[in-house]
Amino acid sequence: MLRYTVQRILLMVPTLLGVAVLVFFLLRLMPGDPVATMLLGDAGGANIPKEVIEQERARLGLDQPLYVQFVKWLWGVLQGDFGVSMWTGKSVAYEIGIRLELSLQVAVMATIFAVLLALPLGTLSAIFKDSWIDQTIRVFSIAGLAVPSFWLGMIVILLLLTYFSWIPPLTFTSFVDDPWENMSQLIWPALAVGYRYSAVATRMMRSSILEVLQEDYIRTARAKGVAERWVVARHAMRNALLPVVTVIGLEFAFLIGGLVVTEQVFNLNGIGKLFVQAVARSDFTMIQGLVMLVAAFFVLINFMIDMLYAALDPRIRYR
Amino acid sequence: MDQPTVTRGAASRPAAGSWLLEVEDLHVHFVTTRGVVRAVEGVSYKVKPGEVVALVGESGCGKSVSSLAIMRLLAQPAGRIVAGRILFEGRNLLDLTEDEMREIRGRDIAMIFQEPMTSLNPVLTVGFQIMEPLLIHLNMTPQQAAARAVELLKMVGMPDPERRLEQYPHQFSGGMRQRVMIAIALACDPKLIIADEPTTALDVTIQAQILKLMKELSRRLGIAMVMITHNLGIVARYADRVNVMYAARLVEQGAAEALFARPLHPYTAGLLRSVPRLDKPRGAQLETIEGLPPNLLEPPPGCRFAPRCRARKDACEREVPPLAQVEPHRYSACIRASEMARVGATGLGLQSASLSPPERKRIDTAQPLLRVHDLHTYFEVRRGFKLFGSAPGIVRAVDGLSFDVYRGETVGLVGESGCGKTTVGRSLLRLEQPTSGRIVFDGADVTHVEGQQLKDYRRRIQVIFQDPYSSLNPRMTVGEIIAEPMLVYKLVPDRKAARAKVSEYLTQAGLFEYMAERYPHELSGGQRQRVGIARALAMQPSFIVCDEPVSALDVSIQAQIINLLEELQEKFRLTFLFIAHDLAVVRHISDRVMVMYLGKVMEVADRDTLYSDPLHPYTRALLDAVPIPDPELEAKRVYQVLGGEVPSPLNPPRGCVFHTRCPIASEECKMAVPELREVRPRHFAACIKV
Repeated sequence: MLRYTVQRILLMVPTLLGVAVLVFFLLRLMPGDPVATMLLGDAGGANIPKEVIEQERARLGLDQPLYVQFVKWLWGVLQGDFGVSMWTGKSVAYEIGIRLELSLQVAVMATIFAVLLALPLGTLSAIFKDSWIDQTIRVFSIAGLAVPSFWLGMIVILLLLTYFSWIPPLTFTSFVDDPWENMSQLIWPALAVGYRYSAVATRMMRSSILEVLQEDYIRTARAKGVAERWVVARHAMRNALLPVVTVIGLEFAFLIGGLVVTEQVFNLNGIGKLFVQAVARSDFTMIQGLVMLVAAFFVLINFMIDMLYAALDPRIRYR
Repeated sequence: MDQPTVTRGAASRPAAGSWLLEVEDLHVHFVTTRGVVRAVEGVSYKVKPGEVVALVGESGCGKSVSSLAIMRLLAQPAGRIVAGRILFEGRNLLDLTEDEMREIRGRDIAMIFQEPMTSLNPVLTVGFQIMEPLLIHLNMTPQQAAARAVELLKMVGMPDPERRLEQYPHQFSGGMRQRVMIAIALACDPKLIIADEPTTALDVTIQAQILKLMKELSRRLGIAMVMITHNLGIVARYADRVNVMYAARLVEQGAAEALFARPLHPYTAGLLRSVPRLDKPRGAQLETIEGLPPNLLEPPPGCRFAPRCRARKDACEREVPPLAQVEPHRYSACIRASEMARVGATGLGLQSASLSPPERKRIDTAQPLLRVHDLHTYFEVRRGFKLFGSAPGIVRAVDGLSFDVYRGETVGLVGESGCGKTTVGRSLLRLEQPTSGRIVFDGADVTHVEGQQLKDYRRRIQVIFQDPYSSLNPRMTVGEIIAEPMLVYKLVPDRKAARAKVSEYLTQAGLFEYMAERYPHELSGGQRQRVGIARALAMQPSFIVCDEPVSALDVSIQAQIINLLEELQEKFRLTFLFIAHDLAVVRHISDRVMVMYLGKVMEVADRDTLYSDPLHPYTRALLDAVPIPDPELEAKRVYQVLGGEVPSPLNPPRGCVFHTRCPIASEECKMAVPELREVRPRHFAACIKV
């Protein structure tokens, strides 16, 4: 088990290193130059002297050979220094830091909501396969898959506006400062996102339970005279959770940086919004920092999935 | 008294002579999208307290379905019991509510299933799985249940039971898992155990252990048993009474001795004769039952067996013969049963004339076609992560094997699972690279050939695989499967020529030309294996490695395939390496036989010598373990059941690898690795005691 854990941790290193290489060089292959974007802008102000541009490039270190830039950046990252945003001039860590709490909270709330909904609904759906219960849950979850979260978000806002005259606040209130204000602000986007998320997990849970119920050991349990609810709860659920855990984990990691449109709708200043801004401004250091952040989350979540697997499945635990 | 005891009032035991279980006119249907499958039709049988009743038949005949019906555990919602009564101690189980039924399951009637690998829940401890019925049915406290679980594990011969309780199923071997299944079944001291092919997935020596254990326990505890199996030897060894099923119906019923000695249904007679047997001289050809069992979606009218029956009359195809009493305690569903009782199976013309002694095969002993010298094939298994420098384990799958195969000969290779017999085949095919040693084929060393030479070699040495279900690509038609290698090796100029050849080889393999357009899933298991044979033949090889080619097939189909292989060998002058675990099949087809254990050869001899006069204790134990389909012989037989299990090839025993299980092993055996030496002319054994 210890070996398994250490092995999983060590496997994160090459993954993150690979991501670093890819994001750094791919960015520089793409058209778009941060200095050009910054100084020339949309107006196409062609009057800026060449020297100024050169100077600006030198300030940002863009005049150095690529590998020098890369090594410098990577060395910084290894020490926890993600560099300075090419656009705002503030440190990348700061820019991410002020938004991470919000994005993380939405993601966690959406996940809790989705799990609480998906596990019972998926299981019920499987047990009562093809009955009206299954059909109702199916309609509910297919709708969740089909409806985009931003659209649902807009509907929620419209309803809140109509009935409670509530509009999303302009600034983010931390949970520590005012839990009530914070929750009333974030619960709606979390629900809007969590609905789709729960739909994915419900479908997965249903098919997983159905598959497990076909296994020989379920027949064994029934032949022992185990009551059906215990057959499901004790013999089927734990086996069925394995693939569902994977889906839930990957969805969670996606939520950290993927809520671009939803953040827009609810007027949230989160990681997704920052991502879009950074790309629009060709803010290389910022994009690199964000990609590394999201990659780290994916890797970390994957590690947690592996650990959960081990907790659920003794065959992994005893390897 | 904190010792848990399982007691039941003597009053609840039925009086002697009355029936424990009566199945009356049971009909089970499965509703599928393609129609209604009548899986069980009018099956009736009875079980007395404490007796062992066998339900015999080939796959798909409804034997498992009828037993699941007793437990009311048919797959829902497709499976339906449409008619019949199932009386257990006089109560009709079909009238009970689900809750009442649940109280009977696991308490009064327990089940043991075929697949020990998948029948236990992988995420729950073995201890909990044994304790569960005790907690449910007997209201024991967890402490009492744990104590009883230890007692049960001891009873089924599990070493170190206290520690084993905490472990998970994947930490047990197949045989040990089946012991756990038996412990679960015995937990509440049931009156009836239904065992559905309980040993089919196990090796012969383990099978013998498990069956012996089940029989002893059922005798000692007075538990009745319904034994479902396709293996007639097991029936002969263990059953008191036998029910034979064919295509959803019972065809014959009777006491085991009488039924085996004098079958009163042509199907039973055919079944008994199509199994190669260790106790009878080898016939030239196996008797077969031609054709395939009917499709239960559209069964033929009249007698289900009529289309395959050599004794059929016109009437057979019109009327359904009822299961009728022919003699006292003998029932048969055949309109010619009483005639058969008078004149015997031979009198009805059921026996073909080919039981004459086999003619000598043409074996060219001048020069061997294949020479294997000191072959070693090892595998590295890395446990854990390389960074830690953990020493890789080495599996010595094949450890110093030398043998010759002559042109036209069939060499049989037998052994239990994990003995390395499949690796031998794969090494010869160069699908595994041997670690050391030499393989010489037709005078040329092929151990390390590459490129064009390897291609040439691979054309001449072909393989037929075990599993006809997974060794054919499901997305290719039969024609494409057979044509592909011919095109790859440019044996034919173009696709058109390939098509002509495909037709030819299909016919050779006993299939029809139109089957070239079919996909594998449209064929039966036997037909698929014929496709595998046709594919191998298409390369015009001189040597074929047959890796368990018949072990996945039913008895009647198995005989057809074995006969086909022999016929083709004669016709095309083929040389076979026949790898199998079934000793009787190997004896039937082989000229010489090699016995393997843990990567080493234990004994090699001519077929007749090896089977009539085995030298090595392992060979003797293997032969003892095989039950013979003759209850009288079985009753008289003195056999020794080999204890223990095959040790891990990662960590084989020192000295003679067999010493841990050998009945005659002494201290010396733990030291010296015995050489394979010629004990008698042309009879080699690797044992210091012979």
